This record gives sequence, structure tokens and C-alpha cells, in this order.
Amino acid sequence: MIQVKNLQKKFKDIEVLNGLNFGVSSGEVVVIIGPSGSGKSTTLRCLNRLEEPSGGHIYIEGKDIMDPKANLNKMRTNLGMVFQSFNVFPNMKVIDNVTIGLIQVKKTNKLEAIKIAEEMLIKVGMIEKRDSYPDSLSGGQMQRVAIARALAMQPKIMLFDEPTSALDPEMVDGVLNIMKKLASEGMTMVIVTHEMGFARDVADRVIFMDNGFIVEEGPPSQMFSSPQHERTKSFLEKVL
Amino acid sequence: MDELIHAFFNWPILKESMPLLIQGLWVTIKLSFFSIVFGIILGLILAVLRTLNVKLLNFFIVIYLDFMRAMPLLVLLVFVYYALPYLGITLKPYPAGILTFTMISSAYVAEIFRSGIEATPKGQMEAARSIGMNYFQAMRFIILPQALKIVIPPLTNNSINVLKDTSLASVIALPELLKQAQQIQAWKANPTPLIGATLLYLLLLIPLVKLANKLEKRMSPK
Repeated sequence: MIQVKNLQKKFKDIEVLNGLNFGVSSGEVVVIIGPSGSGKSTTLRCLNRLEEPSGGHIYIEGKDIMDPKANLNKMRTNLGMVFQSFNVFPNMKVIDNVTIGLIQVKKTNKLEAIKIAEEMLIKVGMIEKRDSYPDSLSGGQMQRVAIARALAMQPKIMLFDEPTSALDPEMVDGVLNIMKKLASEGMTMVIVTHEMGFARDVADRVIFMDNGFIVEEGPPSQMFSSPQHERTKSFLEKVL
Repeated sequence: MDELIHAFFNWPILKESMPLLIQGLWVTIKLSFFSIVFGIILGLILAVLRTLNVKLLNFFIVIYLDFMRAMPLLVLLVFVYYALPYLGITLKPYPAGILTFTMISSAYVAEIFRSGIEATPKGQMEAARSIGMNYFQAMRFIILPQALKIVIPPLTNNSINVLKDTSLASVIALPELLKQAQQIQAWKANPTPLIGATLLYLLLLIPLVKLANKLEKRMSPK
């Protein structure tokens, strides 16, 4: 589903990503963990080119999205993205947040778009806020609307960039439960998170990053109980 | 006292000059309307083009903006009307006025829109692009509606300034309100028409100033 080859990212002279190689297969849930500044979010943001990689190749369903001729906008409809800061559109109602992509990008007709959007809002438990504006919602509710907005585009892959880091503790479970449900439905997911419990329960594979390198990867059972590298061990000791 | 009333508040002269003053007011309104609307359109285009961050394009846009903001309005107006004919470009007073006011206003409007666009969180553009919108769709549906809310008060103030500045068009023989008043004054040898023009300006502008105040209050954080 996703193949990353020698992915590099430099900010000026600083190497943020040092030639990463990894893959994600269809239906797999991959969780990327690591200390702040290790390049996790940058990696994720390179996958839909919100961040412009400095080198390497990223294949989504076999197509190299680094190809200058690649249709970025079309590619992005296949990759749903959920942000740490939600980024719901404050200038429109909840329902319009979810339909706007369908109507403007996919050119779905309005009635059909509303039908899909309502389905997604039901899925994330936000249908009763259908006609509210985002400024009346809590952080957890906004994040659920953001998830519905991404899902409405019917993406093949969902990217989550620290989706619960900006939430009040009591809001975290609601969002994680939606993500669990998505995982159980077979959605391909790449998740950057500090929620180790969630990683252990839901991930098929955990990638540990440090300093722009992938230090180690493996199934959560192995990563959390018997990590191979010193760096992984000391990180996990601190966060668990 | 009688002399004062005769000079400044001469009722018969005021009554007589009113139809001409109203004609002038109408010219002022039309002139302002087109200058404000064209200024907003041009300013918005410049502001959006500038966000594309194309170096060469921005170089020219910045030159235009700096030039227009540094240029005294009256100087540009006189230049467009009295100097351009020597280059073979002869404009009638109306287009010369609208062109000048539009150019100067567009520079201020561009800066106003730029600050509004910059005040919109970066994540909004990213979220819009992440669902597959192209740059201009994201601008149109997500960024500009949010920026517009922020820029309405300064935009209103700028529009008031344009309206007031149109009185400068009297120097290029454009029959707007001030020009009309001056002509009647010369003709009647009495300054009462100027008082009439002043009243009409205030009647037009005070509600707009009130509106600007209200908008500013509504937009300011509680």
C-alpha cells in the first residue's frame, strides 16, 4: 500500500530524516513512536507531501508521488489526514466541514454528499452536532468532526498526526475508540502518537524513530516487552 | 450677525443650489463606489498572488504597493490627468479619477487582506489541501472567508478614506460634490453652497464612521 524508499528531509542544513525505508501493507495499522524532534510527524507529513521531501521515493499503491507529474490533489483524496490541532474549518457548520471536500474536490452532488457526511458523523458520534459551528464544540468533538471530514473522502489510508495530544484527558478515549473501530474495520492506518497503551492494543507494527532514523520496528508484543536496541529500551522505560 | 447669516447660511441661495449639490453628491457616490469596488478587487488579487511566493512576481507587487502607498494622492491624480496626455494617454476626468483612486486604494486593500490571510492559522490551509483541494479552492472556501471576517473593519475604514479623498477630484474638473459647491459659490459670490456641501458630506460619512466603530467593537476580542 505504501512503500517508502530512502526518504530524506532537510530543513536548511539540518537533516531531519536520514533516508528512511519502510512499508505499510493493506489493512495494516502502523504506529510510529519516538521522542519529540525524532522526525515522526515530518515522516507522516511527507506521506501526503504536506511536507516536501528533500529526496527519496514514496509509492502509494505503486504510484510514485514524488514524480513531478503525479496528481497531488487526486492522491491526497486517497490519504485522509487527522491533525493534532484538529484544523476543522471554523467558517462552516459541522455538516459543511464534512461535505466540502466531496462537493468541491470529488464533485459529488450535494444530496449524495450530505448522505455520506451524515453517515460519517453517525460513525464518529457527532450527528447531533450536525448544524453547529465548531466554536461551540469541545476539542474531542472537533477532532471527531475532523476524522469524519477525512473519512468522507473515502480514503484508502488514514494518517493520524498525534490526534489526541491536544485533548483534555477525558476526551482522549472517545477519539481512540473511533480509531480502534476503524482499525477493526480493516482501514490502513499510520499513526504518530504518545499513547503507548493504544499502540500496544491496536498496532500491527510499531516503528521507533530517533534522530531522523528508524531505530527499530516490530510487532508491539516484541517492541514493548523485549526491545533490541538500547535507545528503544531507554525511551520505553521513560514513557511506560 | 445678519452679515454672517447672509454669507454662510443664506437660505434662498442654499435652496437654489441644492439640486446642483445633489448632482455633485451623486457623482461623489458613483466615483467612490467604483473606486472602492475596483480597489477591493485589485487589492484582493494582489494579496492572493503575493501568497503564492513567486519571487519575481512578489518583487513587482511590492514595488507597486510601496509606490502607491508613498505617492501623494493629489500628485498622482494630477499626473494621470495632466501629464499622461503628453504620452498620448488622454483620460476624461471620470476614468482618470476612478483609475487613480483605485490604484492607491488597492495598495492599502492588498496590505489589509495580506494581514487577514496571515492571521488565519497555517493548519487551515494544510487541512484544506489534505482533503485534495487545490490552492485556489483552499483560498476561496477556507482561507478567504476566515480572513474576510478579520478585515471587514479595516476595509470599512479604508472605504471611508476613499470616499473622503474623492473630493480631491475637484482639481481635475470632475463635477463631484466639492467642485459643484465651489462653482456655485463663485457664481453666486456667496460661500453658503460650501456649507451645503459640508452638510451633505457629513450626512453621508457620519453613519459610515458609526458603522466602522460598531464593526470594530464587534470584532475585537471580548
